[in-house]
Amino acid sequence: MSIIVDHVNYIYGEDTPLAVAALKDVCLQFPDGQFVGIIGHTGSGKSTLVQHLNGLLKATSGHIYFNGEDIYDRDYDRKKLRSKVGLVFQYPEHQLFEVDVFSDVCFGPKNLGLDRREAELRAYEALRKVGLEEELFYQSPFDLSGGQKRRVAIAGVLAMKPDVLILDEPTAGLDPKGRDEILSQIKRLQTETGMTILLVSHSMEDVAEYVDRIIVMNKGSVMYDDGPREVFRHYKELEEVGLAAPQVTYILHRLKEKGMDVDVSATTVGEAAETVLRALGRR
Amino acid sequence: MLRDITLGQYYQTDSVIHRLDPRVKLGGTLLFILSLFLFDHFTGYLVAVVFLGIVIRLSHVPFRFMVKGMKAILFLLILTVTFNLFLTPGTELVSFWRLRITWEGLAMAVTMAARLTILIIGSSVMTLTTTPNNLTDGMEKMMKPLKLLHVPVHEVAMMMSIALRFIPILLEETDKIMKAQLARGADFESGNIFKRAKAMVPLLVPLFVSAFHRANDLAMAMESRCYRGGEGRTKMKPLIYQRRDRLAYLCIFCYLAVSIILGRLVWLWI
Repeated sequence: MSIIVDHVNYIYGEDTPLAVAALKDVCLQFPDGQFVGIIGHTGSGKSTLVQHLNGLLKATSGHIYFNGEDIYDRDYDRKKLRSKVGLVFQYPEHQLFEVDVFSDVCFGPKNLGLDRREAELRAYEALRKVGLEEELFYQSPFDLSGGQKRRVAIAGVLAMKPDVLILDEPTAGLDPKGRDEILSQIKRLQTETGMTILLVSHSMEDVAEYVDRIIVMNKGSVMYDDGPREVFRHYKELEEVGLAAPQVTYILHRLKEKGMDVDVSATTVGEAAETVLRALGRR
Repeated sequence: MLRDITLGQYYQTDSVIHRLDPRVKLGGTLLFILSLFLFDHFTGYLVAVVFLGIVIRLSHVPFRFMVKGMKAILFLLILTVTFNLFLTPGTELVSFWRLRITWEGLAMAVTMAARLTILIIGSSVMTLTTTPNNLTDGMEKMMKPLKLLHVPVHEVAMMMSIALRFIPILLEETDKIMKAQLARGADFESGNIFKRAKAMVPLLVPLFVSAFHRANDLAMAMESRCYRGGEGRTKMKPLIYQRRDRLAYLCIFCYLAVSIILGRLVWLWI
């Protein structure tokens, strides 16, 4: 079970004066159970890339394989692919339409052809997974707060029980508290279910703490594809393409320059504190 | 999918035609369309085609963009041609089964087809070379005299430019919501007409919600910048006729004169 992206190119508005190459010769592999962060500046092609993975956009050239099958094959069932590769769009709360939260979450499983009972069971389970309080289940989705709406929308995709969950900027427009809640819930989901998760973001800070691997996109190409520590080692190059490494990376590098014996590869505040304490000889 | 509508889509490039005052283009297009209905001989259409060809050449817009607009009226075109071809009485040309094609019918069908094609391509030239905002600006200024009759010219123009401004935004929004629902397994393409209509609900509800939100935000933004209608409002780029605009008017009137003489009057004298 894995996704392989093989030399994919994509051009927006082909044959018009506004044609833009959004993806250039992208080759990637997503093995099972990994938590991957896809980082890039606005317009770097990260959203375009993830829309290819569930077949919403068709590559201008190149192939994508899901579990060894070419998704561009003529008889490939793309509707089934979309249930296996769940994609939560940016500002997903804009897709809510039902009279109450519960029926909205049922929409996905019902589209899979499941009977009512099974669909409702899955909806209930998904809503619990995203941590929504039960008394909100039968309210109109339009009456909820921004963070709650977003959780409902994520539950709407989770209820289809995908093998791979892709989240496109799940924290955009949320306050720091809402952001941390959503991200830690996603992390818990990943450890509990062993799902493959792809998290698209433009903020290193967001993903550094949670992911196993970071893919940096720049102008439609893959710039780095490595573990967080290895990627943040290139913090100067990242800055040149308009991205920043987490703040702790900068502090540790400064401390190192001043002659303190710290480990600059720490990516989270916790790790940084540890290495600073050790350097000070307090541990 | 939804982006294939050319009529009313601006093609960005720099050309003499693009730089013309929108009033010239509006007036010119109106006169051009009017002229098409004055001819009773084929040479008139010939002149129109030559004139249109020159304008298209000057506009630097690839010809295939004009043709794209034709797709929308293809059905209408076929319908008109068929009806005219078979239902016009006159001297018989061929007949099979119950259908008769007459000389008059053939002439009428060809004329109609030519008229419609030139008309659509002609108006596409205007919309392809003028931004929607420019166009409404031009309309507002041209219709200013109607203000004396208490027609709310400015308000209508403002509504039109807002509506036009929102078309691409709503198209993009539709595209986004459609994709989001497709990702949730929605199916917009299969089933009978009732099933398909029902499948539109998950698309239309969020679209309306967002359209109302946007309208509300825009109204708020306009009000907080003290918008209070057209009274005493000045323009950042007021429309003033340049030398090239006067020249363009001259060209249009020359075309009108030549085409009417060749398409109508000459044949009266002979």
